[in-house]
Amino acid sequence: MIGRILGSAAVAIAMLSTVSVTTASELSGPVSYVIPFGPGGESDISARFQQPFFKEKFGQDMVISYQPGGGGAVGWASLNGLNGDGQTIMGVNLPHIIIKPAQKDVGFTTEELNTFYMFHYTPDAIVVAADSPYKTLADLVADAKANPGEVTMSGSGKASANHLAQIKFDKLAGTLTTYVPFKGTGAAVTALLGKQTKAEWGYTTVGAKQGDAVRMLAVAMEERHPLFPDVPTFKELGYDMTGGAYRGIALPNTADAATTKMWSDMIGEINNDPAFRQQMLDGGFAMLDIDADGMADFMKARVEEYLNDAREAGLIK
Amino acid sequence: MEFGQFLAALTPLNLALALFGVLAGTVVGSIPGLTATMALAVLVPVTFAMEPASALILLGAIYTGAIYGGAYAAILLNTPGTPSAIATTFDGYPMAKRGEGDLAVALACFASVFGGMVGALALLFLAPPLSKVALAFGPVEYFWLSIFGLSLIASLSNGNLVKGLAGGAFGMLLSTVGVAEISADIRLTFGSQTLIGGFGVVGALIGLYCIPVLIDLVAVPDRHLKVEENVKAVRIGDAFRIAMRSKFNLIRSSIVGTLVGILPGAGGSVAGLVAYSEAKRTAKPQQKFGEGEADGILATESANSATVGGGFIPTLVLGIPGTPPDAIVLGALLVQGVRTGPAMFTQSGSIVYTFIYGLIIATILMLPAGLLIGRYAYKSIVTIPKAVLVPTVGFMTIIGTFSIRNSVSDVIIMLCLGVFGWVVAKFGFAASPIVLGLILGPIAEQGFVQGWTIGAATKNLFGMFFGRPISQGILAFTLITLILPLFLARRKKKANMEQAS
Repeated sequence: MIGRILGSAAVAIAMLSTVSVTTASELSGPVSYVIPFGPGGESDISARFQQPFFKEKFGQDMVISYQPGGGGAVGWASLNGLNGDGQTIMGVNLPHIIIKPAQKDVGFTTEELNTFYMFHYTPDAIVVAADSPYKTLADLVADAKANPGEVTMSGSGKASANHLAQIKFDKLAGTLTTYVPFKGTGAAVTALLGKQTKAEWGYTTVGAKQGDAVRMLAVAMEERHPLFPDVPTFKELGYDMTGGAYRGIALPNTADAATTKMWSDMIGEINNDPAFRQQMLDGGFAMLDIDADGMADFMKARVEEYLNDAREAGLIK
Repeated sequence: MEFGQFLAALTPLNLALALFGVLAGTVVGSIPGLTATMALAVLVPVTFAMEPASALILLGAIYTGAIYGGAYAAILLNTPGTPSAIATTFDGYPMAKRGEGDLAVALACFASVFGGMVGALALLFLAPPLSKVALAFGPVEYFWLSIFGLSLIASLSNGNLVKGLAGGAFGMLLSTVGVAEISADIRLTFGSQTLIGGFGVVGALIGLYCIPVLIDLVAVPDRHLKVEENVKAVRIGDAFRIAMRSKFNLIRSSIVGTLVGILPGAGGSVAGLVAYSEAKRTAKPQQKFGEGEADGILATESANSATVGGGFIPTLVLGIPGTPPDAIVLGALLVQGVRTGPAMFTQSGSIVYTFIYGLIIATILMLPAGLLIGRYAYKSIVTIPKAVLVPTVGFMTIIGTFSIRNSVSDVIIMLCLGVFGWVVAKFGFAASPIVLGLILGPIAEQGFVQGWTIGAATKNLFGMFFGRPISQGILAFTLITLILPLFLARRKKKANMEQAS
């Protein structure tokens, strides 16, 4: 056991000194998986789920590190300066990589990022505390209409998936709610449970994590999430809302086509492992399988959608 | 909470893991720039192959060790190894300078073990009720807590109030540079990519504390630390007697540390500062805080170690991580198939309790391990010639800063801040108020913005900021901290005048 630990410490040292001599399209050693946020968020948790499957299938360690700053911008701006030999990958998040460069020059553009797989999304959901007077979405909408602005809703960050969802829903429902941005989902949930806000714009993952402590009023999916058969979709309730925060992985843009293809196939293989899928679904995630070939079309549609939403919301010009 | 879980935690393998974890954590924590978060992130995959309980014991032990390890660099190099050890520099370094570094290291060890035990026992016996503290703290409470923390500048600046406040304001200004945490605005970067990630706390700590020490080491011919004629081993006996004498300070600081640890938005640095402030406020007249007072080290080190157990309370009970290392442990648990959140204590109780016992064992092991490493660290820092010490530490500052997020920008910012810190120190501006502003500024800003948004929405701004009981309590403490020194000074003056007449 100690040997294992020392072995892993050696791996870590090797990673730090970044000695890598490789030919592309084959892994030459442990892979560095950079998460451009701090630990504990949805990006981190889903990467942690992938980690053991990667080791099992491809025999190499996946070493996760955190590079927080600028809401992900510090990481993404550095991505294309990293070695494109396939030993380093980085998590990417929508809408972040679309909204941020549209707001200001943040050192990268959406198109510059070599995103090769989108492996899941966390569907938007309205969450309330278990003892909230809002039993259904209709209760919340009725209160928001009777008392414009007084229904406070916590969420993670501004110009984020949660914030866009709040703006969109207000428009669809003809309500006026107050969005209160917090630092990450964890803080937004704390505010909800502590009764600082009346509801939260979160994801299905919040419902999975908090269990009986919370109640989800609706989820932004085409069909109900298998983990929550009793929670209606927004569509069922008459609001045309689907989507959430999408997460994928990118390589530095110096990676050649063979390396990109290899990675797309590897992540695809993990994504299609029934045990992995089950673990993700139990965590409240919704699976997505956009590989390198389908990425251009997928991104085009998302860019259009998010920029449109953000423009209407007045978040970008 | 059965005896069986305690025995499960006591297997030879688990004991070995706990010892290894404490040793590794202490070393990692003592190096500025290398953090517990990093060590845990690298080691998590190793734990996949282990039993969940063993994995958790290893992770908990590393975390415990790292928080204590931060004290070494704080005492011996005036550089907090982790943000938690900021307040340890206030008295630890002056003590080491006058030749009592060995005593300071031993005091830090006793205080850490004591604080760690209080935090772990609170986690064991009081976790569910105490987790409510995390929920009772809303945006406004965080706002007032950070204002309370900033009020410490007044008592830290020892007669140089204006310069202290200027430093604090400058630190708060620095904290606004880059992409704002919650509003996502990009501020004060002047179009520069270097500044977009803002001024990281760890990089700023290294720059503002360590670089000036290095420059001074090169600039003056004296030895780094004064050495007594006969270098004794770590002065365990003396340290123990002092710690026993200050048991009230230890108990109070540990409780403060546990409670602050429970707050997901605060952390070890705030806990150490609040405990230090309280120790200073209740000090006896002959105690000289800031000039090598033992109680200063005892307060901060017991408080920051207590945050380890305290931080796991919301992590395990509510599924809300108190600190980044807690978040990594939470992730490791999820991968192990342990369902976190409210149901965890009931559904996965045996793993959770084995983990808590493991944390207690690791804390106890920290006593021998900490004294041993402390002795070695002290001796090597004291005996190494300057020509070796300066380049070694200089190299570590750059590697450490870079490794936080593999960013060259951070290294540039660190070096610039370091030179800046050295220059302004010549004009009487200390590093600590700047760092306080940098750490507390964002907490104050977020709390204020959120509190204002909610207050305005519910049309109750005044009640939001001044009507909540916890806020009122913190506000009262802040006023006492600010006004009491003035009041005491006036009374003393009056007494002197009466005596004179």
